[in-house]
This record gives sequence, structure tokens and C-alpha cells, in this order.
Amino acid sequence: MNQRGKISSQTPQLQLHSPAPYHSLVFSISKSHSQTRPLRFSQPPLTLSGSQTLPAAVALPRLSPSPRLASTLGFTLNPRVASPPAPFSWPSMAASDAPNGDVLIRNAFGSVLAFLILLLIGVLAFSIRLFSVIKYESVIHEFDPYFNYRVTQFLTKNGIYDFWNWFDDRTWYPLGRVIGGTVYPGLTLTAGTLYWFLHSLNIPLSVETVCVFTAPIFSAFASWATFLLTKEVKGVGAGLTAAALLAMVPSYISRSVAGSYDNEAVAIFALIFTFYLYIKTLNTGSLFYATLNSLSYFYMVCSWGGYTFIINLIPMHVLLCIVTGRYSSRLYIAYAPLVVLGTLLAALVPVVGFNAVMTSEHFASFLVFIIIHVVALVYYIKGILSPKMFKVALALVVSIGLAVCCAMVAVIIALVASSPTKGWSGRSLSLLDPTYASKYIPIIASVSEHQPPTWPSYFMDINVLAFLIPAGIIACFSPLSDASLFAVLYIVLSVYFSGVMVRLMLVLAPAACILSGIALSQAFDVFTRSIKFQLPSLSDHSHIDARDASSENIVPDDTIKTDKSEDTPKERMTKRSKKKEKEPVEKPPTKFQIKKRLSVLPFEASIIAVILLVLLVAFYVVHCVWAAAEAYSAPSIVLTSHSNDGLHVFDDFREAYAWLSHNTDVDDKVASWWDYGYQTTAMANRTVIVDNNTWNNTHIATVGTAMSSPEKAAWEIFHSLDVKYVLVVFGGLVGYPSDDINKFLWMVRIGGGVFPHIKEPDYLRDGQYRIDSMATPTMLNCLMYKLSYYRFVETDGKAFDRVRRTEIGKKYFKLTHFEEVFTTHHWMVRIYKLKPPKNRIRGKNKKSKSKTSSTTTSKRKGTRRNPF
Amino acid sequence: MSKKLIVLFLGLVPLLCTCFSPDTPSDRRVLVLLDDFAIKSSHSIFFNNLKSRGFDLDFKLADDPTISLQRYGQYLYDALILFSPTIERFGGSIDAAAILDFVDSGHDLIVAANSNASDLIREIATECGVDFDEDSSALVIDHSGYAVSATEGDHTLIASDDFIKSDVILGSEKIKAPVLFQGIGHSLNPSNSLVLKVLSASPSAYSANPKSKLTSPPSLTGTSMSLVSVVQARNNARILISGSLSMFSNRFFRSDVQKAGSPTKHDKSGNEQFVTELSKWVFHERGHLKAVNVKHHKVGEVDEPAIYRINDDLEYSVEIYEWSGKTWEPYVANDVQVQFYMMSPYVLKTLSTDNKGYYFTAFKVPDVYGVFQFKVEYERLGYTSLSLSKQIPVRPFRHNEYERFIPAAYPYYGAAFSMMAGFFIFTAVHLYHK
Repeated sequence: MNQRGKISSQTPQLQLHSPAPYHSLVFSISKSHSQTRPLRFSQPPLTLSGSQTLPAAVALPRLSPSPRLASTLGFTLNPRVASPPAPFSWPSMAASDAPNGDVLIRNAFGSVLAFLILLLIGVLAFSIRLFSVIKYESVIHEFDPYFNYRVTQFLTKNGIYDFWNWFDDRTWYPLGRVIGGTVYPGLTLTAGTLYWFLHSLNIPLSVETVCVFTAPIFSAFASWATFLLTKEVKGVGAGLTAAALLAMVPSYISRSVAGSYDNEAVAIFALIFTFYLYIKTLNTGSLFYATLNSLSYFYMVCSWGGYTFIINLIPMHVLLCIVTGRYSSRLYIAYAPLVVLGTLLAALVPVVGFNAVMTSEHFASFLVFIIIHVVALVYYIKGILSPKMFKVALALVVSIGLAVCCAMVAVIIALVASSPTKGWSGRSLSLLDPTYASKYIPIIASVSEHQPPTWPSYFMDINVLAFLIPAGIIACFSPLSDASLFAVLYIVLSVYFSGVMVRLMLVLAPAACILSGIALSQAFDVFTRSIKFQLPSLSDHSHIDARDASSENIVPDDTIKTDKSEDTPKERMTKRSKKKEKEPVEKPPTKFQIKKRLSVLPFEASIIAVILLVLLVAFYVVHCVWAAAEAYSAPSIVLTSHSNDGLHVFDDFREAYAWLSHNTDVDDKVASWWDYGYQTTAMANRTVIVDNNTWNNTHIATVGTAMSSPEKAAWEIFHSLDVKYVLVVFGGLVGYPSDDINKFLWMVRIGGGVFPHIKEPDYLRDGQYRIDSMATPTMLNCLMYKLSYYRFVETDGKAFDRVRRTEIGKKYFKLTHFEEVFTTHHWMVRIYKLKPPKNRIRGKNKKSKSKTSSTTTSKRKGTRRNPF
Repeated sequence: MSKKLIVLFLGLVPLLCTCFSPDTPSDRRVLVLLDDFAIKSSHSIFFNNLKSRGFDLDFKLADDPTISLQRYGQYLYDALILFSPTIERFGGSIDAAAILDFVDSGHDLIVAANSNASDLIREIATECGVDFDEDSSALVIDHSGYAVSATEGDHTLIASDDFIKSDVILGSEKIKAPVLFQGIGHSLNPSNSLVLKVLSASPSAYSANPKSKLTSPPSLTGTSMSLVSVVQARNNARILISGSLSMFSNRFFRSDVQKAGSPTKHDKSGNEQFVTELSKWVFHERGHLKAVNVKHHKVGEVDEPAIYRINDDLEYSVEIYEWSGKTWEPYVANDVQVQFYMMSPYVLKTLSTDNKGYYFTAFKVPDVYGVFQFKVEYERLGYTSLSLSKQIPVRPFRHNEYERFIPAAYPYYGAAFSMMAGFFIFTAVHLYHK
């Protein structure tokens, strides 16, 4: 008894141990109701932490269909579907069984319906991403997925240890690349596991098929994870709405259509699921979920470099909670294990390794880790000291703490200064200072997905969600809980980051879906309630919930849920002053408040508003389907265009890669701009100099310099790298805009950044890159121009470039050090071979030639003289 | 005979990427193009010498319409001798480009020019890096290094003994007497590394028309002027270019020679020896190297690995032979080096030899991973260049190849385990000790 009294006074300490006594408590409750009440009230902190799950546990034995369903589904949360009404029915439960049974049936029905809806959402998420397969074919898309595909092939063929130790000598020649140590293995391992699993079931799918369909499968998972997360924040209704929104949000579709086999495909699921587990831990204070959270974080670290978003967002949320006086032991449990276990696990991933403790992206988490311990200590001391003593101690601690903080800050600054990347990596720095990359690191700025997005791209990618987000934020503030605070913080940060880098729109999408889901569900909630209350037949509102559940399951559930989540903070605020007697007293005010909140809107306005909302959502669905079908399904290795005479297919890339694989030696080296590196290694199986893993700026700059140098200098650079073939992408004939000439400015900038003899102004006329007759001589003589436009005039006689919409400046020229070996059907890929060094060196006697020109020119025309 | 040879030749076709077969690099069938058949007899010593060395000479007039170098894409000859300085246009399908293609596919060429050499011959020479004097009537004149003869001429007959110092090109035996030369001089581009001056003019020589007065300073003077040059193309085709056709003639071979200002009079000019040795070099009877059996493996193993690990110890060996005209003889030198190369050499080692053509060394792979090459770049004056490169990747340690326990880290292990034990005890005490 003595100990119990002690516990009640030191709230935070007790919470650490809460899971163990909590479970025993649950069983005792389920055995006999009469004993539960004293027990419950004798331990106020327990009531607090268990206020949400405790009634659920009570409902467990009775509501057998639902949990069983849950266990088969893997919904750890499903009891909560039944839980919302519990706080209200709880006091009356023992007294009257009839309404209780009614509620239970309704809840059972609701959870089955919710399950079916979720199943349909999963199907929707999967099937909306199949447009690429239906419209094109089942192929891997774009650039990075080809690398992942190649790695997966290696993994399935050679096993995990060889994958881990894979030194790839076919890229970055002659440096090579340690694939095992530089790749985020999550996606590959996931697909590999899937492949092995299917093969152990004797389903002989090819690696490519598994890779193509990994992303759609995981987007179904991601929408379920969104449901779970949003349910933690605002209840089932919001969860289902958010899941449905996420299943078809265009931003996410753009990265996860079938064939888009990239890290983001699984990482978004991991991201949302990690957030869900964090919020779940925060709501329950369960160490079990905290451990799961660390594991989920580990999976995220394995999958994507974007894990730094998690390890910065969660500390920020914790800090915000502490600052706003929301510190609780649940917060501690949610955070401390994540930092310790998560960091340890993250350090196990080879590509992260010591970065997990040495780069500044992770420092925020350690700082907050320290802070939360200080705060926990303060709460502990506050609990054992009298207020007077506490003030004295506070003064003492603050003065000492300041000194310690200063020392810590000094240590951190020293660490930052001495860490290998001067603290921040370039990509992260460009997040904080959006202009950083374009100023200092052209290689980061050159990637289109690292550019800031335009306004239309927001509309394109998240569509009406952009307008629903503010409403969602407001909904999160009424009432504000730890979880909804997290949602608000998440959206704010991701909006900022998406404004920096178009790629991070992907992180914004789930946040936008969650908040829009909350907004929509709350709005429907308000409007339907208004309608309901004014319908004459439903005037008896004591039965409304029960009746309505059958027809409109989501909304009523949600209504009650919000009300319930509303009283959670209320309870917390009063927790220290609350005594045993106060608990029964608390109920009437809550009820009263609910009644007060149920202010009704005019009937007509509500109907119109509901119709408008439905229209809005319908518009969103139409847009999403359009985006999935038209905008984001193109695999980008096969292009199509519609014209008057039908569909044109441009399959030049594969044509060129097939040519390379059939007509060149296995060990030949192919140089191209780094965009095509992954595809060349994966599709043509030839060694490349640089590829899309832009880890070595100097090497890329070398290739950029070669491309922007005159022919001879370029030949020498390429020859020194043992290059045999040079591949350029040229869109001038068919009007394919992302060709090498349009990327040329980055070659110049990146090349010039390392080799100062390449000066950008030499290529510019009036500050512009031009290839028409106004172009500078340097431009017209550089290798990229020559390789792109060699023999171009033979196509139409005018050499009209359809991308730049101009006639080119120099139409007739010969190549002396390169020879054209292959040009694809639409001239989109042109492959040149380096001529071998001259066999003989000519004399310099030019005059004798001119003297004899009459006799020799005729011969020269007839036979192709070897100029070497 | 020639049919048999053709059959043999066709049998060797698969090996003939650079024409001289790897097994017998010496030429066998030689086409000799002449201005007129008189040269066949006036230069018979030279030709007979070649025949006695086993060459099969095919004499044709340069404007013979039936001549051709190749048939059905295969070359009919291994070498070509152009003793037709005045020809303006070859007969048949041959032109300058065809001859240069002949060289570029690895065949050898001897070109002899003369005063008033044709533009065609000059063009071929220019393409090989030899610039004859542009003045078509110019001859090399040397008023101090001329050959003393019965008639005091215009000093265009030169006795030259300024040979290249290379045993490989000119044979190990010293050229006994000065070489008689009468013809035109040429200049070489000093930056051209492929062409060598075999016989240079003396410092007092110059190139001008002896019949007319000098109106302007001669363009070619002194030692920068070359009389006989050889070219070894990158594909190891060899070309001999001489400014004098009569240098090869019986008359010059047999003539006695006394250099002006020199008291010694040689009974026989050095021409025969000079030309014979030179032709041996040009026709690959000397100075032709081959490298075979490039092997590398880890120390203590025999098989060649597909990949090395950093800090592996490896052994590298190669066998180098020189063609003696009949057999492959071991090549003996102490300056063959191997590079372990990735953009720049990380290891550069001189190979040891057992004097039987076997070269070997052992070294440790540097602590750098990447795609390396074993490179042997052996270029010596007169020898064919050896350029061997063999690609081999070097990988870092595997995850389980590191030391499991590092002695320096024992304090940390201790700290970790004592922490674990302490935590366990603390937990036990805290939970169960009331």
C-alpha cells in the first residue's frame, strides 16, 4: 500500500512499468466487473494510460467475431473498432445489458463493414496502379528501377551474403561500386523475399514480374497503414477516408505504378507504418508497440534515405509535446526505445553504418533524447519533493543544467565540425536552404526531382487535398491530442519539404491524405448529424446511434470517437488534481459538453454541403484515375505519341541497348551521361563509366568535361577511361525534350565545377544555351553537339531541331575521332565508337598534297582513306 | 608454289587480324613493283639476297593493269616493294589509298624514291610521316661528305655513315663502310614518334637542285635531313623509305667507297650490309616480339582468380619471345615492367627473368578496390611494341573477412558486457528486492 501511494505521486515513473500490471489488471476486469472499479480508480495513472484500451479489453470476450477477424487480418488494432462507445456505455454497462448488446452488435457489424471497405481500398490501390501494365507492358520503368531490378536479380541468383558483399565491376569503371555497402537493401530484400516465398509455393513468377508488382502491393499496404495511423489520430471514419484518399493520391501513384520498382514503393508504407506505431505507442504507452516501432523504423532505414525525415519529425514532435506541457510517461516510452533501438538497428544497415551517430541529420534525435530524460528527471524530483524544496532544487538544477547544456552544445558543435561531411550532407543542406544546391552542388541541382515544384504540380499531385488540408488542421485542433498534434506537425514539415524538392511531394502525400481524411470525415460527421437531427422520423436521438450504424457506419462511429478522444486530454489536464470521487462526477460534464457541441446546421445547407463534398470527392477520384491512366503510367523507356494517323511507339531505348548487347564485346565500356548508366548496365549488360548513383562527382565531371570538350580532347579523356562506345540521346528529330542537348548545361556546369578549363560563358550566347546559328564556336565544336547533330541535316535537308524549334548552327561536319556505329529508328539514341589511335602519323607536308590535288582528289573521293 | 602458298595463307586467315601470323611473323610473299624490268637486273643482288632468305618475289610493272594487292578481301602478299619512283598512277586496282590500307592491315612496305619522284610516291611517303623535299628537282648535296670518285661530280653521291644506333634495326654487326646514297632527302616531324631516321645526312648536307644556282636558302639542311627512314606503325607494320633507289643497286653494292676527307678507302661500300640488315628488320626477321602465357594468381595457388581482394599477394608472369626469322627465341632483357593500373599505376614492378623468356614478379595488391589492369607497355627502339593489358577487379573485404575481435577494442567489449550484466542485476534487484 505504501508503494502504491508512492506510485500515484510519481506519475512518470510508474508508467514505465505500466504494461506488466496493466495486463494482469485486464484479466481481473474481465473476470468480475465488481472488482474492476475500485481497482481502476485506485490507480489513476493506469486509468489514464489504459483509458482507451481498457474498455476494449472488457469488450473482448463478448465481441468474439471482431477480434478473431482482427487476428486473421493482422489488425492489431481492431479491438479499438469496438472500443469507442465503451467509455459511454461503461458506467451503465453493469446496470443495463440490453442497450449494451445492441451497441455490440452494431460495432460488430461496423467492424465487418470497415474490414470490407479496407479490403476494397486495398484492391483499389493495387488495381489503379495497373494502368501501366495494361496500356504498355509489364516492364520495369525509368532509371533507378532498372538498377534495383538488376540488384534483385543478383540477389535471387546468388543469395543474400553475396549480395551483401557484392562488388560491382561493371559500373563506375574503373572505380567499381560496392553495391552491398552503398544501397538501401530494403526494397531488394522485400522483393527477393517475395520471390523466394512464391517459389517455395511453386509459383514460378519471374524476378521481373515480382519487381513490377511490388510497388502496387505495397501501396495497398500503405493505404492500410494510413487507415491505422489516422484511426489513432481521429478514429475509424477518418481512417477509412484517409486510406481511400491515399490509395489513389496521384503523387504516390507517380512513384508506385506497376513497374516503378523504386525504394519509395516500399518506403512510404514503412514511413506511415512507423508513424502509426509511434502514435500507437504514444496512445497506449506499451513497450510492445515501442519495440515494433523500432523494428518498423529499421525497415524504413533499410528502404530509403528518407528515414531521416522520421528521425527528425518524431523528435520535433516530442519536443513540441514537452514544450506544450504534454510530457507523459507514454511519450517517454514512445520515444526513448525508438532512439536507442532504432539507432542501433540503423547502424546495422551497411549504407548507414556510423552515419547513424555521426551525421547531423541524427543529432536532433539525440538532443531530444537528452532533453526528455532531463524532463523526466524533473517530473520525478517534483514528485518526491515538496513544492518549496522543488523550487530550490529547480534553481539548483537550472544553474547546473545550463552549465551542462553549454558543455553539451560545445561538444555537439565540435562533433558537427569534425564529422566527415561537416555535419550535413548536401541533400539535407539543400532541404534547409533551398538555394544551397543550385549554388554549390550542381550535381544535386541537375536532378529534375530535386527541383522545387511548381504550383500546378501541387494541383496535379494532391489535387483537392490541397484545399482540404487546412480544414484538416483545424479539425486536429478541436480537440488537440498528442496524436493530432503529430498530424499537424507532419503536414507542416512535409509541406515545407515538398516546397524544396519535388521528390518530397511523396512525403507530403500521406500527410495530406490523413488530414484531408480527417477533414472530410469531420465534415460529413457534422453535416449528416445536422440532417439526422432535423429529420422528423429520427427525432428520438437516443436511438440514433444505434439505428444509424447500420446504414452509415463510419460517421456515427466517428462522432463518438471524437467525443471520446476529446475527453482524453481533459482527463490528462485534471489528472493530478483528480481524486477517486471525481471520476463519477466527470461523466455528466462530458455528456453535457457533447450535447452542447451538437449544434446543428440548417437542413438545406447541410444537404447541399454534403452534395458538394461528394462532388468534390468525385472530382478527386476522376482526377486520380486520369492521372494514373494518362500522366503517370508511361514507363519512359517506351514512349508513345498520338497523332492523326494513330499511335506512334518509340522504342528506341531498348533498340539501342539491344544493339549494344548484341554487337559489342562483353567487356566494352560505354560512356554516356549518367542518366543512362543504370539502364545500360541492366539492359545492355555493358560496363559504364558513370551511372545514376551519383556518388563520385569527379568521375561524372570527367564525363561532363569530355562531352563539352572538342572532339580530340574528348577522345583523349574517353580513351584514358578505356571507353569504346559513346551513347548520346538525341530528341531533335522526334521532339523528345529530355535529351542530352537539354541536359547539356549540367554537363558543362558539373564538368566546369571540377575542371576549370570548361567555362560556362563559352557556351552561352546572351546567357542562353543556343544551338542555332547564334551559337558560340565552343558550343558548335563540343562533342555533345557533334554527336547529337552528326548527319542530322540528312534527315530533312534543313536540320530543323524539333525540341529547340530552330535550325541548327552547323550542319555539315565530319567526325575525326569518332565514328557512328548505330542510330536508332527515330534517332533518339545514337551510338558512336571511338576510332583507334592512328596507325601512322601523317607528315606535315601539305603543299605537296595541294600541288597534287588534281591527281589525288579523285582517288580520295573514291576510296575512304583511313585518316590514321 | 604460289597456289600452295595461297592455300596456306587461307588456312591462316582466321589468325590474320594483323596479317603477319603470330606464329611466323616474317613475310613470305613480296610484290615488287618496278618502273621497268631493267631494275630487276640492275638490283639483282638485293633481290637475290631476299630470295635466298626465302622470300617469294613477284615482279610486276607498276602500271601493269593486272596487278592487285588483294582478292576477295584477302591480301595476296605480305609485303610490297615500290621500286617505281616515277610512277604517276599504278595499274590495276592499286592506288595510294590501297597501299596505305595494305600497310594499315599490317603489311610491310619498302619505298624507294629518286630525284623527280612522282607525286604518288611522295604522297605515300607523306602519309607515312616522311616529307620529301618539295622541290622535285632537288637532290641531296654534300660538299664535304661526298663520296670520292673518279669524276669530280656535283657532290650528289654521298658517302654517309651516320647510322641510327640500334642493333635491332641494323644488326649487331657494325656497318663496315659508309653507305653510298644518291637521291632526295626528306624531313621528319620531330613529334612523330613512329618514324625513325636510320641514315641521316651529315651536318654539311643540304637539299637543292645541283644544276641551278641557289636563289633561296634550302629548306632541308644538315642533320635534320634524313636520307633513309623507317616507320613502325602502331600495328607493327614496318615501312622503309629511302630517298635513293640506286642505293639498292648492284652498282652501289659493289662500288668501292671513300668518303671525302677520310683517308680510308673501303673496297666495298656498306650498302649491301646496310640494306640487307634493314630489310631483315622491315620484313620482321628481327626485332619482333611476342608475349604469351600471361598468368597471374594468388601466391600459393595455380588458377587465375576472377577477382582479387585488397592486400592479396599475387604472382604475375609472362613469357616474351623474339622472332629470329625461323624460330621464336627467348627474349632477354632486364627492363620489362608490369603496372597494376587503375587510371594511374598503383604498382610498378620490374619483372625478373630466367633468361629463357620467362618473366615474373610478385607483389601485394594495393589497399584500393576497383577494376585494375595488369599492364605491360614495352616499347624499345626497333622492337615491336608490346602492349598487354588484362583486366582484373579488386574487391574489398567481405563482411566476414575482418577480424572478429580487435585487441584494441577489448575495453569496449568489457564495457558493453559489464553494462549488460549490471543492467540485469539492477533489474533483478529493483524488481524483486522489496
